[in-house]
Amino acid sequence: MDNLKDLELLCTQVRRDIVRMVHAVSSGHPGGSLGCVEYFVALYKSVLKYDASKFSMDGKGEDLFFLSNGHISPVYYSVLSRSGFFPVKELNTFRKLNTRLQGHPTTHEGLPGIRIASGSLGQGMSVAIGAAITKKLNNDSGIIFSLHGDGELQEGQIWEAAMYAAANKIDNYIATIDYNGRQIDGDVDNVLSLGNLKAKFEAFGWTTLEIENGNNLEAVIKGLNNAKIYLGKGKPIVILMRTEMGMGVDYMMGTHKWHGSAPNDEQLQKALAQLPETVGDY
Amino acid sequence: MTPLLNKFSFTEKKDTRSGFGAGLSELGKSNPNVVALCADLTGSLKMDAFQKAHPERFFQVGIAEANMMGIAAGLTIGGKIPFTGTFANFSTGRVYDQIRQSIAYSHKNVKICASHAGLTLGEDGATHQILEDIGLMKMLPGMVVINPCDYNQTKAATLAIAAHHGPVYLRFGRPAVGNFTPADQKFEIGKAVHLNEGKDVTIIATGHLVWKAIEAADALEKKGISVDLINIHTIKPLDTDAILKSVTKTKCVVTAEEHQMNGGLGDSVTQFLSRSLPVPQEYVAVNDSFGESGTPDELMVKYGLDAANIIQAAEKVIKRK
Repeated sequence: MDNLKDLELLCTQVRRDIVRMVHAVSSGHPGGSLGCVEYFVALYKSVLKYDASKFSMDGKGEDLFFLSNGHISPVYYSVLSRSGFFPVKELNTFRKLNTRLQGHPTTHEGLPGIRIASGSLGQGMSVAIGAAITKKLNNDSGIIFSLHGDGELQEGQIWEAAMYAAANKIDNYIATIDYNGRQIDGDVDNVLSLGNLKAKFEAFGWTTLEIENGNNLEAVIKGLNNAKIYLGKGKPIVILMRTEMGMGVDYMMGTHKWHGSAPNDEQLQKALAQLPETVGDY
Repeated sequence: MTPLLNKFSFTEKKDTRSGFGAGLSELGKSNPNVVALCADLTGSLKMDAFQKAHPERFFQVGIAEANMMGIAAGLTIGGKIPFTGTFANFSTGRVYDQIRQSIAYSHKNVKICASHAGLTLGEDGATHQILEDIGLMKMLPGMVVINPCDYNQTKAATLAIAAHHGPVYLRFGRPAVGNFTPADQKFEIGKAVHLNEGKDVTIIATGHLVWKAIEAADALEKKGISVDLINIHTIKPLDTDAILKSVTKTKCVVTAEEHQMNGGLGDSVTQFLSRSLPVPQEYVAVNDSFGESGTPDELMVKYGLDAANIIQAAEKVIKRK
C-alpha cells in the first residue's frame, strides 16, 4: 500500500479530474463520483489484487471489480488511469466522439480495466455473482468486488441476485452499497424509501457490514480489509458505506442537484479552488 | 420428378426442444467449459440430463430470468460458455435490457436457448406465445439468431453454437414434428440448407414452417409448379448468397415463419432483396396479431401458417411476376 498521506493527495487529484472531466463536456455525473473517490482509491491502491499492465477479460488469478452504477464513470476512469490501465491524458477524451471513455463504462471500445457495460441499473450484482461462480469453478482464489448505488437498489433484479447469492453461498464476493441517501430526483427516502436496508440484506441472508464514514480513506481501507475476514464462510458479504454525494466541493454537498449536472466555467473555478492539484492534472 | 415428400420422409416425430437437450448433454461430456442455467423450467427445456450428469455445472436460478441473464454474462468472465434455458418469451422480451447491455453490448459468449416459441406452444395462450422474439433479437448488433426446423437440426445447432464465440439466440419449440434432417448433416451457422432445386418460385422457410413448406412444395410440384426450396435455420447472419442465387432463377419469393410479419425472417429477406434484386414477395407469417389458446395444429390453420397458406402465397406471387 502506498503511504496513506500520498493516497489522500491522490483522492484530491481524482476529485479535480472528476469536475474537470464533466465540465469539459457539460455533462456527466459528478455527485456520486465525488462521493465514491475514497472507495475507488482504497480498492485500486490498497485492496484489489491485479496487474494493470496485463489486463485480460478473463482476469484469471486476479481480484475483479464490477461497477453496477455505471453513471459514476468519471471516478472509475480517473482511478483506472491513475492505476496504470491506460494513459492519464486519455481522461480528456471523456464522453467525446470516438473515445474509449464512453459516458457509461463499456467493453465495446476495449478500454482496459472494464469487464462489463453498465449504466442501465440493477444488473451488476448478477454479473458479479456469475464471475464469482466462475472463480469457484476454476479453483481461482480471486475475490469479486462490486459497487452499487443506493437508489439502484430500487431495481428488482438486485433482489433476485441478492436472493440467489445467499441461497447458493456465493462467499467469494464483497458487494458495497454507496449509501449516500440521494438519487437523481431527490432524497432516496422521498423518491422510494429503502426502509431498513441493513435488516433487508440480513433477512436475505447476507453478512451485512457497515462503513460509517465512506469518505475517510483509512476507514474505507479498513472496512474493505475487514470484510475479507468473512470470505469463505458460506454467505455473501455486503458493506453499507455511508458517503456524502458531492464530497469535496462545498456547493455540491447536501443536495441531489449535482447527481447529473456539470459545473459551468465559474462553478468549475470555485470547485478547483477547493481541490488543489496534487499529483498533476491530466 | 421425385415427389418431394418421398425425398424428406421421416420415421418419427420429435420435439425440437429434445434436440436441444440432447445437444446440451453431448456438450456436457465433450466441453468442460459449457455450463447451463435454467429459470425453473428444467423439464420443459429438456435440461434434466445435463443437470443430472453435471450438477456442478448446472445452475438453477429460480423464477428470476433477469438475474439469470446477468449471471450468464458474468460466468463468461474466466472462460465459461453459459447456455441459458427458459421459454422464448422469458428469454427475450422479459429480459431485453439485460441481454442488450450485459450480453450483446458487452459481447459476452452467452447462448440464449429458448423453447416454446410461437403459436405451437398451444393451449397456454398468447401470454406465452411470443411471436416477436426473432425481431427483438436480430436487432441487437452482433447477435446470431438461429431457428432450426427439427430435432436433428436443433441438436446440431446446439453443438455448433458452442464452437462460435459470441452471443447467440437459439429458438426452438414444444410440439413433436417430423424429424427429417439427416442426423449427420453438418450445421454451419449462417449457411442455408437447399432442399429442392426449382425454377418457378423460391420458398424460404424457417423453424416449424420448413416441414409445412416441404408439404406445400410437394403439392405445388404435383400441379406442375417448380419450387426452389430453402431451409433458413440462421436468420442472422442471413445467407444472402443462397437467397440471391435462388431468386435470380425464380424472380419471386415466399417467406414462411412462425413469427410476426414485422421483424421476422420475411423482413430480413425483403431488406436484402430490395437492395440487390427487388422481386415480388409474399409472406406467410402472423399479421400483427397476438395468438390464443388452442391445439398447435388448430392455431397454425387459424393464423394462416399452414401448408395451404404457403401454396396460396406461391401461386399468388408467381402471378405477380
